[in-house]
Amino acid sequence: MGAQLRVYRQKIKSAQTTKKITKAMELIAASRIQKAQARVAASSPYSRAITRAVSAVATHSNVDHVLTTEPERIERAAVVILTSDRGLAGAFNSQVLREAEQLSELLRSEGKEVSYFLVGRKAVGYFAFRRREFEQQWVGSSENPDFDLAKEISDAVLEAFLRDASDGGVDEIFVVYNRFVSMMTQTPSVVRLLPLEVVEGVAEANAQIEPLYEFEPDAETVLDSLLPVYIESRIFNALLQSSAAKHAATQKAMKSASDNADKLITDYTRLANNARQAEITQQISEIVGGADALVAAK
Amino acid sequence: MAALKVSVVSADREIWSGEASMVVARTVEGQIGILPGHEPMLAVLAAGEVRVSLPDGEKITANAEDGFLSVQSNAVQIVASRAELA
Repeated sequence: MGAQLRVYRQKIKSAQTTKKITKAMELIAASRIQKAQARVAASSPYSRAITRAVSAVATHSNVDHVLTTEPERIERAAVVILTSDRGLAGAFNSQVLREAEQLSELLRSEGKEVSYFLVGRKAVGYFAFRRREFEQQWVGSSENPDFDLAKEISDAVLEAFLRDASDGGVDEIFVVYNRFVSMMTQTPSVVRLLPLEVVEGVAEANAQIEPLYEFEPDAETVLDSLLPVYIESRIFNALLQSSAAKHAATQKAMKSASDNADKLITDYTRLANNARQAEITQQISEIVGGADALVAAK
Repeated sequence: MAALKVSVVSADREIWSGEASMVVARTVEGQIGILPGHEPMLAVLAAGEVRVSLPDGEKITANAEDGFLSVQSNAVQIVASRAELA
């Protein structure tokens, strides 16, 4: 067998094996998107209820809370970056890291220091490789985040927020994550978590006048226990979105990898056929040439 | 009288929703019973059970720790990061 032919056959075989893997990953990701999306949908009644409660307190009382008051001078900002634990998801991780870099640059240009909270092995790897410092990391459960993770993260950021700036505390907290827009689109987005900007509901034209709210024990206490929960639910929602987006990105990346493998297989099969035909043609012409020489020698 | 629309919601899903004639919960200040037509309210729940009486007389109890109870125009929401039907 010709050397060229053997090389082509090897390449075909390797493309076929790769295709098997990428195809399997594509199918797995596709089935996980459904589940991840269902979790996003299932958690939405909770976040809706919490949001409604927060806006009710905000509209019906005028309590100033430490989490909602804008500090006079912001010295340090924290950025929470949500990435995945595994790669093979196209631009999923790089786009969110790029977004975070842009945000940090903006913050630094405003004279703020930036500290980082990282979720997912990819973010930790990115920071470790560049020998950059970060406050805290959470790895290993970004594929299937549970509420405990959200609680841990929100406890950590709240703790940093409530600490004094001179103590290494932060005055502003951002979350950068991939938002699940559709199966085909995941956009990196930045959300400012703290201080909270409570958007007071814009009164609709036909809205009935809401009667006075009663708070038990009082508005301040309710707000006190409500706001951390609100932060938790925002972080939980971001985690779930990010995991759904990761699966969608994996599926997309693996689909194009499979398509690419298909194309390679076709191309190499053509080349291999070509090489085989060339070999046969050469053999025939050698035989014919040899026979001619024998006849001439007689 | 109109019935209450009750939903019990935890962080990752909606546990139960439906109509009820009365909701009894324990807030940090003590037990509270809510009947249709209750004024809008937002309360912090203490550890303990929430009892929901259905119109047909049946009762449902749910555990909702560190949660909230909100009432607004006959819609009652019991929200807790961890909630389950007992």
